[in-house]
Amino acid sequence: MAVAATTQTGARASRPGRRLSVPAWVGTVPFLAYVAVFLLWPTAIVVVDSLKNPNGAWAFANITKLGDPLVRGYFIGSFKLCLLSSVFGAVFGAILAYAVASGNPDGLIRRLYLAISGVLAQFGGVTLAFAFLVLIGPVGLLFHASWFYSFPWGITLIYTYFQIPLMVLVFLPAIDGVKVQWREASENLGASAWQYWRYVGGPLLAPAFLGGTLLLFANALSAFATIQAWENQIAYIVPQQISTALSSEVGLSNVNVADLLALGMVIMVAIVMTGYALLQRRAARWLR
Amino acid sequence: MAALTSVGETPAPAEAAGQRGMHGRRRRRLNIFRYVVFTLFGAFFLLPLLAMARFSLEGAKLGTWSVTAWKQIASYQGTGVPPLLSSIEITLELAVITCVVTLALLVPTMIWVRLRVQWLARPMEFLSLLPLTIPAIVLVVGLGPIYNRIQHYELSALMLFWVYVILALPFAYRALAAGLSAIDVETLSEAARSLGASWFTVMFRVIAPNMRQGILNALLLTWALVLGEFTIAFLLLYNNLQAELYSISRNTPNAGVIFSTSTAALLFAFVLLLILSYAGRRRRGRG
Repeated sequence: MAVAATTQTGARASRPGRRLSVPAWVGTVPFLAYVAVFLLWPTAIVVVDSLKNPNGAWAFANITKLGDPLVRGYFIGSFKLCLLSSVFGAVFGAILAYAVASGNPDGLIRRLYLAISGVLAQFGGVTLAFAFLVLIGPVGLLFHASWFYSFPWGITLIYTYFQIPLMVLVFLPAIDGVKVQWREASENLGASAWQYWRYVGGPLLAPAFLGGTLLLFANALSAFATIQAWENQIAYIVPQQISTALSSEVGLSNVNVADLLALGMVIMVAIVMTGYALLQRRAARWLR
Repeated sequence: MAALTSVGETPAPAEAAGQRGMHGRRRRRLNIFRYVVFTLFGAFFLLPLLAMARFSLEGAKLGTWSVTAWKQIASYQGTGVPPLLSSIEITLELAVITCVVTLALLVPTMIWVRLRVQWLARPMEFLSLLPLTIPAIVLVVGLGPIYNRIQHYELSALMLFWVYVILALPFAYRALAAGLSAIDVETLSEAARSLGASWFTVMFRVIAPNMRQGILNALLLTWALVLGEFTIAFLLLYNNLQAELYSISRNTPNAGVIFSTSTAALLFAFVLLLILSYAGRRRRGRG
């Protein structure tokens, strides 16, 4: 469909003699229409419905329900899990990225770790929960971790598995951007290794590190499959509660709960991603 | 969100043979640090996968070996769910449809914007990356009403492709944008146009073939995304592969077949990755 539309415009534009001339932007209409219907419209529905009563009247007071102790509990759960898994993921990911970056740039280890990171960063989901279940779950092959089903530690470990590779992918370019000359210069001026990291390397990499942490945070926030396959009896985080609200929508009363929780998530992600964009701009100053 | 850096593109190794001037002792210390790190992280990444693979080969008695679970993939029938094989089929079909639609939507539009409507480039980038910031579960909440309407006409799980295209958009866009920025679009299109080519020829016979690597990247990323998707299928009550594995694990905990299927899916992903890095290397060799 898209192909047909764009090519038509193209053909017309190429023959200036034609009476009917179509502006060039018409070629982008299929794309824009698709995005409008399947991305912008659903998001608008969430925002509008979360501010309405189940019977359709406007109710801006709904937004105050985000402060309701029960609702707040899910957001706190989400926040705990995202914070822990993003901090652990960022720290370990940065260490791994440093180890990778300090090796031969065309070496096998670098290629291997980058390739593995590419796959494992995507490898969340149901399968990951299964893998950890058979490793350290109740019938674990390695050992049985008694804290496997405890929130947030058990699930944090599982999340870290896909957070570390993601951090490697986003942080490695920043480490690659640190020039050897800076290190040499500080050594020539008599700086110790600690002083180098404290006054040169650390401040240079800090924005990229914080930016990466925020990206991991947003990544963990929207993850749902892993935690659902890990434990589906108790809802700990917002996406699980949204799922519960959606599947128990026999009466109409619960529909707007899902919308409201979804709105809360959108706000949270928007804040985090804005911070990420700002830090990214700050990091780019030195590292290009 | 994961593949902001797509699998195939290696971040530019800035410092060729970096610390050449480093003192010998520090170099040695650094090497010890590196190998300790690689071993520990390697173990952390590998152990769960090995455990899963081992468990998929578990016999009836603990500690024995058998390939029953692998044979079951083709024939498994869980209680209350469609046969496993049918959901694998549906997932593969979904992957093909999603890839085709994503490319059909993005490739011509991106080339066209680059050639003729450059003022739309920034809005298009923004829209394409937007799904990264809208969690899939939020999309489901909003899509509920829209899907209810579609379901009046067609109940097949294949209808999921409409959303999957949106999910794949950021990854496909990044890959294609990298491919597009690697070629000199202006010169190519001016040369082709001055030789009398139509815009159609410019787009599909001049520029698109030159961004083959970007298209391949986009294809594989989209493919991998669809194979791993759970949230949307599960919440809209469709049975794709992941949702099916989930419900089997609910009904029959520790059923061997879920581990063999998961391992197979993972191996499949690694094969895709090999194809990708092979294609990438060939390009580097030529250029």
